[in-house]
Order: sequence, then C-alpha cells, then structure tokens
Amino acid sequence: MSNPEYYNAVKELLYKMADDELIMGHRNSEWTGIGPVLEEDIAFGSMAQDKVGHAYNFYQLLHEMGEADPDIIAFQREEKKFKCCHLVELPIGEYDFSLVRHFLFDHAEYLRFEMLSNSTFEPLANLAKKYKGEIKYHVFHANTWIKQLMNGSEESKARIQPSFNELFATAYSIFEPGPFEDTLAREGVFAGETVLQSKWEETVSSICSANGIILAQVNDKSLAYGGRKGYHTEYLSPLLNEMTEVLRSEPGAIW
Amino acid sequence: MYGGGYTGEPEKNQPQAQDDPVLLAEFEAKIDRGEKIEPRDWMPADYRKQLIRMIEQHAHSEIIGALPEGTFITRAPGFKRKMALMAKVQDEIGHGQMLYSAAETLGKTREQMFNDLLSGKSKYSNVFNYPAITWADVTVIGFLIDAAAIVNQVINSKGSYGPYCRALERICYEEAFHLKQGHDAFVALAAGSPMQRQMAQESLNRWWEPIMHFFGPSDKMSVHSERLMRWKVKLASNDDMRQQFLNTYVPKIWELGMTLPDPNLKKNAETKQWEFTEPNWDTFFKVINGDGPCNKERLAVRKWAEEKGRWVRQALINPKEKYTLPYA
Repeated sequence: MSNPEYYNAVKELLYKMADDELIMGHRNSEWTGIGPVLEEDIAFGSMAQDKVGHAYNFYQLLHEMGEADPDIIAFQREEKKFKCCHLVELPIGEYDFSLVRHFLFDHAEYLRFEMLSNSTFEPLANLAKKYKGEIKYHVFHANTWIKQLMNGSEESKARIQPSFNELFATAYSIFEPGPFEDTLAREGVFAGETVLQSKWEETVSSICSANGIILAQVNDKSLAYGGRKGYHTEYLSPLLNEMTEVLRSEPGAIW
Repeated sequence: MYGGGYTGEPEKNQPQAQDDPVLLAEFEAKIDRGEKIEPRDWMPADYRKQLIRMIEQHAHSEIIGALPEGTFITRAPGFKRKMALMAKVQDEIGHGQMLYSAAETLGKTREQMFNDLLSGKSKYSNVFNYPAITWADVTVIGFLIDAAAIVNQVINSKGSYGPYCRALERICYEEAFHLKQGHDAFVALAAGSPMQRQMAQESLNRWWEPIMHFFGPSDKMSVHSERLMRWKVKLASNDDMRQQFLNTYVPKIWELGMTLPDPNLKKNAETKQWEFTEPNWDTFFKVINGDGPCNKERLAVRKWAEEKGRWVRQALINPKEKYTLPYA
C-alpha cells in the first residue's frame, strides 16, 4: 500500500465496480411492483438488493483506504465523479430490454468476480469470492429467461433479438480500459478489461448462438466509452437527482 | 403489510347455497374442535366464496400496497433506508404471491383474480388509495399501516382455513420486521431536525383518517355475519381490532412528542376503551367505491404492468401442460 500508483489503481477499480453495482441495482429496483409476473418483481428485487449491497461493501473498502463514508460517496458525489459504464445508466425500458441488459451485464460481472477471486489485493479477493456465488444465480436467472423466451412465442423471439441489437454495442462500455490497467495486471490485482472482454465475448456468444440469437459485428467497441472517465449518458443525471432527492431536502440530517 | 384492511362487507341478499346438512354438521364440528379445513376437504359453498374473496383482496392489498412505498425505493435517503425499503417492499410482493397461491387452492386462478382487480370487481385495502407524498409518509405506512395490518393478520392466522393460516403465520413473522423498520425510520424523523419533525407530523395528520378507516365501519354500522364468525372466517369485530390498535400504538406516537389530529382521542379510564371522533365514513365509502385520490392511478399502474407483461406470460404457456390447482 505504500506505492501510490498501486493504491490509486485499486481505488479506480473499486470505484467503477461499485458505481456499476449501485446504478444497476437502482435500475433493477425500479421493477418492484410492475414486473410481467410477480415472480419477476421478486427476482429483480433480489438482484437489486444484492447489487446495492455489493456497492456498499466496495465503498466501505474505499472508505477503509481513506475515502469518504459510503453514504457520502454514493449520495453526495457529483455526476462527473461517477465511474459507471453507459450500459447500466439506461432506463429500464420494457422487460425484454431490462432482461437483455441484465444478461449482458451479469455475465461480465460474474467473470470479473471469478478473475478477482485470485486477486493479490486480499480484501477484494475475499469479496469477489463471496459475490461470485451470488452472481452465479443472477446469471442463471438471465440464462433461463433468455432460453425460455427464445423458445417461447413468435412475439417473445421478435422482442429479444432487437434488444440484443440495441444493447450489444453499448455493453462494450463495461470494458472501457482505465488508466491503470498495466499496474493492476503487473501487481496481480486484476488481469485487465481486455482479458475480461474476451472471456465475456466467448461466453455470451456461445449462449446466444445456442438460443438462435444473432450478435451484430461491433466494429468500434469504444463507441459507448466515456463512463469510466466521468462522461455519462443523459440518463444518469436525473437518476442521481432522484436518488438524492430526500437527502438534499435537509442536508446533514440523519434519516 | 398490508392486507386485512376492511374491503367492504360480504355481498348480501344473495341466496345462500343449500349445503348437505350432514356434511355441514361434520364441517362445523371440525372447526369447533379447532382443526383446520384443507383444500380437498368438503366445505360449504359460501365458506369457499367468502374465503376466496377475503384472501384474494388481501393479496391485492399486498401488491397494490407495494406501489406507494415503491415510489420511494429510488429516493430512500441513504444505504440503510434504501436496503431496508427494497427488502420490505419485495417482501410485500412475496406475500401477494403466497396469498394468491392460497386463494388458488379454493379454485380461482391468479389470472381471474387479476382480471377482477383490474375491472374493479375485487377490492383492496382502501388505505392504498392515498398517496405517499413525502418520505415521512413511507415511514408512517411502514410503522402504522403495517402495525394495523399485523393486528388484523395475527387474528386471522387463527382462522379455520389451513393454507391461509399458514401463509399468515409466515407473513406475520416478516411483518414484525417491517414494523420495526417503519418505527425506526419514523423515530429518526421524530428525533430529527425541526423540518423532519414537521414532515413527520404533517404525515401523521394526513394519514390519521385513513388509518382510522382501516378496520372498517363501526360495529354499530355494519352487520355481522354470525355464520362467518362461527366458521372462523371473521374472528374479531372491526371495533375490537381498532381498539387493540389504538391501545398499542397511540402511546408510542405520543411518547415521541407527536400529536394526532383528534382532540377527542383519549382512553377512558373506567371502560378502558379508547374514545375518538368518528371518522367521516362518507369519505370512506366514496374512496372505496373508486373516488379516492389514487384509485385510478393504482389501477392504471397495475394495468400497465399487466398489458406490458402479457407477451412474457404468453411466451411461458406450454400447450401440453394443463393447469392444476395447488394443494397447499
């Protein structure tokens, strides 16, 4: 921890992971009460709780490294300081859109935790091992529904494919490289976004092809980059405003 | 939550089904012995009908009740409240799911129940026709509406229909935590800044009448079915439940230095009964019949969810599978 570059590299990694989880969890929670079947309200609610819980613990880890309290990091940072990727920021849309986003995001999340389980940064490795076990069920949920709906009605097939068309290129925003990729790899903290991306491409394309989903050729994978540097879609700002609405009504109060 | 709130009297002036007197006597003897009635047991047609109505409306109350609080999941102040509220509202949806299954054992499908909710034929707890305007409303719902529902549900869990009682026992266990989180969040406001206290007070003032309405009209106004009591479908009178609620929760509100908008509210030392200004029952009937501040909005959201989700449900239908009633 004495090496400041190492220290900053780990923090950078934690921030983007935590922000992804917070925003994805927030979006998932928006399905509470309006899902297509009650069981899906409940499933998205569970995933939301897991994700917001993960975010909290990553922020807590950052706090132990000298950053502010989790509640301050999550609810009092300005938009530009957020490092989440564009994929998680998009509104929930209809169920097919949310499901496909969940499929694309959680496969990356699972593989990321699998890689981080061997991280030399032990507190992160410990969390990753635990969360891998939870995200396994998120992935299982996504795979089951993709399969069901691709083997369901003509309408369900006709809805899933366009959502992949719409989201697949944006999903590459997850893998936008950070400024410390080399340090993280050299120190054995994290093998890097490029490695993660190719693992993800392999998994996702094999499941998609087994279910008759065509994934478009993405020529420019950096089209949706920016989130990791603090440049966001127009959807993040209203989300953050909503998330902090009550807190801002009486700054400094205990709720 | 949420259920158990008064959703109207059983339909009157309908011919009662003629049940086999021998079977009926056996059925009533079983209830007298304190045994539970199970889905495959013989039961009078009216018993089945009243239970379906009651469990179904309880289930609707859970999923409609998730809506006012649900709008604050994305706005809950800080991690602690956000995590608790997400879990709490998810529980309520889960209660709905459990209760729909319990009602299904009596022969009505979830789809039929949803259709009756959307057409307005089937009601839900009237209290959810009011809006949650501020965060304080979420705390008042979590604290006092959940508390009122617990009073009702604990009583109903001693009823005669096995699947409903078992569902209620599980529900009450979770509700106890909901009440704690609601109370905790309410106390935070009551012990907070002047603005937070004011927010909590205004919320109490807004919700007091719907809360007083929660258990339904006074026993003086509503006719009881002696038969439903004997069958352990209805186990306590509206007034008894209201008294029980006031007795436990009014002191908890007062001890926080908060007030309730009824100058006549007090416990009579002699009768040990709470005295209060009778809430406006015309308002109550107006709201329950569809003319409340949020009736249209609540049903519109459910309609949206039903319509937008139809393709998902249809895609799951396997023509080779046949619908069977659950038996638990």
